[in-house]
Amino acid sequence: MNPLERYEPLVDDAAAFRAACDRPLPSVVRVNEMAASPARVREAFDDEGVAYEPVDWNDGLFRLPDGNPGGNWPYVHGWTHGQEEVSVLPGLALDPQPGERVWDACAAPGSKTTQIADAMDDEGTVVANDNNLGRLSALRHNAERLGITNAIVTNQDARNFSTKPLAFDEFDRALVDAPCSCEGTCRKNPDVVDQWTLDHVHAVAGIQKGILARAVQATRPGGTVVYSTCTFAPEENEAVLDHVLAAEDCEVVEFELPLDTVPGVTEWEGETYDESVTRAHRVYPHHNDTGGFFCAKLRVGGDEAVDAEGVAA
Amino acid sequence: MTDGADTAGDADDPSATNDGQRFDRLPETPADREVDGRASRREVLDWWEERFGVEPSVFEGYSFWEKGAGKVWIFNGEATDPSRVEAIGMTFLRTRQEHWKPTSRAVTRFGHHATENVIELDPEQAVTFMAGDDQDLPEWDGDWGYLIATHEVAGESAPIGVGLYLYDELRSVVPKGSRADLPVVE
Repeated sequence: MNPLERYEPLVDDAAAFRAACDRPLPSVVRVNEMAASPARVREAFDDEGVAYEPVDWNDGLFRLPDGNPGGNWPYVHGWTHGQEEVSVLPGLALDPQPGERVWDACAAPGSKTTQIADAMDDEGTVVANDNNLGRLSALRHNAERLGITNAIVTNQDARNFSTKPLAFDEFDRALVDAPCSCEGTCRKNPDVVDQWTLDHVHAVAGIQKGILARAVQATRPGGTVVYSTCTFAPEENEAVLDHVLAAEDCEVVEFELPLDTVPGVTEWEGETYDESVTRAHRVYPHHNDTGGFFCAKLRVGGDEAVDAEGVAA
Repeated sequence: MTDGADTAGDADDPSATNDGQRFDRLPETPADREVDGRASRREVLDWWEERFGVEPSVFEGYSFWEKGAGKVWIFNGEATDPSRVEAIGMTFLRTRQEHWKPTSRAVTRFGHHATENVIELDPEQAVTFMAGDDQDLPEWDGDWGYLIATHEVAGESAPIGVGLYLYDELRSVVPKGSRADLPVVE
């Protein structure tokens, strides 16, 4: 069975959804703004004759219609990083600030870690963790290529992550860009659709719940946790939020994303989820001509809760 | 250090040796050195100033760590005992050898602060350099040894990596994984 079929009841236009999923995605690069401005990257692309198109909702992204995002001078200088458009969304939702302590729980190969470090102006500490040692080498390569000096790389199971090697025991913000079924990436990797199984959905959902719960525990009261996946499966999205809302002291909060999204769903295959999961964003390929994505923002509760601006809650 | 009796340990042992599997912070000065052969922060800063004219203030907020035999890392975050982590900041400098060598990444990150031993390459030379190829450059009349290679991109000079200049030749020491086949941009 094609898993995309099971999500047709969730979308407004099933035919457009399926047609978009069949179209390949263009190469996209994100500007590493701690190294160069988007204007300087544009100038270098112009001088070199690299074709590029702007992305209307983010001036730090360029589509490269001829592909080959690594074969040009801006890339060699660490000014750009190949990253799918929707993949920048969790970093925007997380909104990390210079000087903060930030955890990227499932960090390899480092697109979001490097985006976070850039947003922090390379100041503060971003702890980039992944349980897969092999994928960590890609993360390290990317972080070095982009000139990032404020990252610590760890190799732990995020579900029982220990802060012992760190100089602090809680984070201001945490990103859980969770391992998932990845149907949202079918436009660049059609194999994910063939490899999809419901057993895997259920297995990975258990891991996702464990990682998100740990992220909430490891974040200070009033801090921010962002949960994201590239799957359409409610079992891996809203159901994970619903579980962690019940188990940990946190709430799903409203936030804006700069493209067209639809709210999280509260019902799926006989299950119902907490109403607040509608504050999460679903991104469908046919709405913005992107990959598929899911993104939620949580605020960690607790008696000492202050929000990110330092105002007592 | 108020209780002299119980503080004897590796850190106080003048014969302590470098453990290549863990990150240890560089001592402030040579006088603070406890591990044989380990570079001190002051020596690192002096080296960058003497070799490339980079002001020590550029590195004010950064800490330096050794892991492996002489590999020094630069880090801009908070750390106390990160001995068991996989990486801390970025690789910065190779010490414990006669001629210290900056990493290519350190040079692309911090090389714009350099004022000495910087060699500006023309568009074709820059392409040759990034392909990992050595080239004759007899016109260079500066020091031999490790140089910061730069070229002009988008109207300004920018560092692209480390070259080793010997006998009228600039050897590209761009790591294999970073070499690229790039167009000549006039």
